Amino acid sequence: MKAFSYERVSDPAQAAARAAEVPGAKFIAGGTNLLDLMKHEIEIPEHLIDVSGTGLDDITPTNEGGLRIGALVSNAALSADARVRKDYAVLSRALVSGASGQLRNKATTGGNLLQRTRCPYFYDTGMPCNKRSPGAGCAALGDGATSRQLGVIGTSDTCIATHPSDMAVALRVLDAEVETVTSSGETRRLTLDEFYQLPGDTPEVENALQVGEMITAVLLPPPVEGHHAYYKVRDRASYAFALVSVALIQASDGTGRVALGGVAPKPWRRDEADAVLSQGASAVMARLLDGARPTQENAFKLTLAERTLAALLAQE
Amino acid sequence: MNSSNNVERHPKTVNPNSSTFSLSVNGERHTLTLDNRTTLLDALREHLQLTGSKKGCDHGQCGACTVLVNGVRINACLSLAVMHEGDDIATIEGVGEADHLDPMQQAFVDHDAFQCGYCTPGQICSAKAVLEEIQAGLPSHVTYDLNTPIELNDAEIRERMSGNLCRCGAYANILKAINQVAEARS
Repeated sequence: MKAFSYERVSDPAQAAARAAEVPGAKFIAGGTNLLDLMKHEIEIPEHLIDVSGTGLDDITPTNEGGLRIGALVSNAALSADARVRKDYAVLSRALVSGASGQLRNKATTGGNLLQRTRCPYFYDTGMPCNKRSPGAGCAALGDGATSRQLGVIGTSDTCIATHPSDMAVALRVLDAEVETVTSSGETRRLTLDEFYQLPGDTPEVENALQVGEMITAVLLPPPVEGHHAYYKVRDRASYAFALVSVALIQASDGTGRVALGGVAPKPWRRDEADAVLSQGASAVMARLLDGARPTQENAFKLTLAERTLAALLAQE
Repeated sequence: MNSSNNVERHPKTVNPNSSTFSLSVNGERHTLTLDNRTTLLDALREHLQLTGSKKGCDHGQCGACTVLVNGVRINACLSLAVMHEGDDIATIEGVGEADHLDPMQQAFVDHDAFQCGYCTPGQICSAKAVLEEIQAGLPSHVTYDLNTPIELNDAEIRERMSGNLCRCGAYANILKAINQVAEARS
């Protein structure tokens, strides 16, 4: 790990201003992903701004009838919140399907959104990766590459990494918004779709945050009625990233919403797919995965996604 | 390398890449001046000579470094020591003593819940926290109903212990040990 200087801040706007002002600065809160990446020297911050004392650790009701989740609320605390369990069960289910008990106790809501891909070539600094070193090439697209875990849609010729979060998939299906403070002290609100960027020619740009901008909260709209479910398929029963995951909210009349994890660089959802949910899994996936470009090794994800949704719908 | 001497010799302004901070470990207060890169695990093992917490993978994957911070279990390898100013840390050294074992330690002995023992401190710290988390109503991936009290069963224990790997494969006996403590508590 490279050396870095360190400071604590107590105010989110101050944190954002400092992050824009100090060269090579990064925020740290839970640190469970950042510190791992720093040990690998994939992330090399020159200065860490500890935001864990900025007081963003409450879950409070909003005037609109939803919830405001402070960016520092731990994944464990969010999954256990009685309001989340009762009214946003898909979120609670997604959270507890990720990581381990120890990690969920430490990882924060903001940090979960900002975690980096677990593409093996992003982690292997001996291999080319456009996300790590723009222009270097993508080892995952090379002959004989291991791409079983990687993306099938929304990817590009420069990068086929997926976003690894389970929480973000549930937030996408809930129409959550990300609240931020910019380095000049302004508040912004972004939908998950606006927040996450597809790789295109710039896979190193993963989200719409500006220099210094800090996530302060996630805003949940009023509860969405219906059956909430999150089904994660992975190579072992616990403590593994998704091959495919499906977040579902379905009303009693069969209509609803679907988002996928494990298949794309962002939580994957399309209005035209939601519109045909009552017609079944095959109709949904024909629209949701239209334009997919899988590799030979991960084409199974297309079938798996459809069968996973079918399994969830059959549980109704 | 505890110390006030250190603080006087190396005021924090001298090196921007190190910091002075205080934390409590097993009830004892320590003031440390350390390189900012020092993880909580390395602070415990290398600077406070508390080598009970183990370094297995150093990447948060194995759980051998599990300690409790303000009563909550975390991976000490994935946390910077400097970020624990004012925190109360509990390590395996604070759990029990050779002639006065904690019930969880005794249960591990009773059920032969280890072979090489390297993962055991992390397993025991984690197991104690798991029982508290279940009692506090923290849901898990295998919790069937999110809105009723959690039923303590083998599936819950296995799922909640999945962040603690045992290369010797003592899982079956670890499960028995945790069940013994859970039953004695109920």
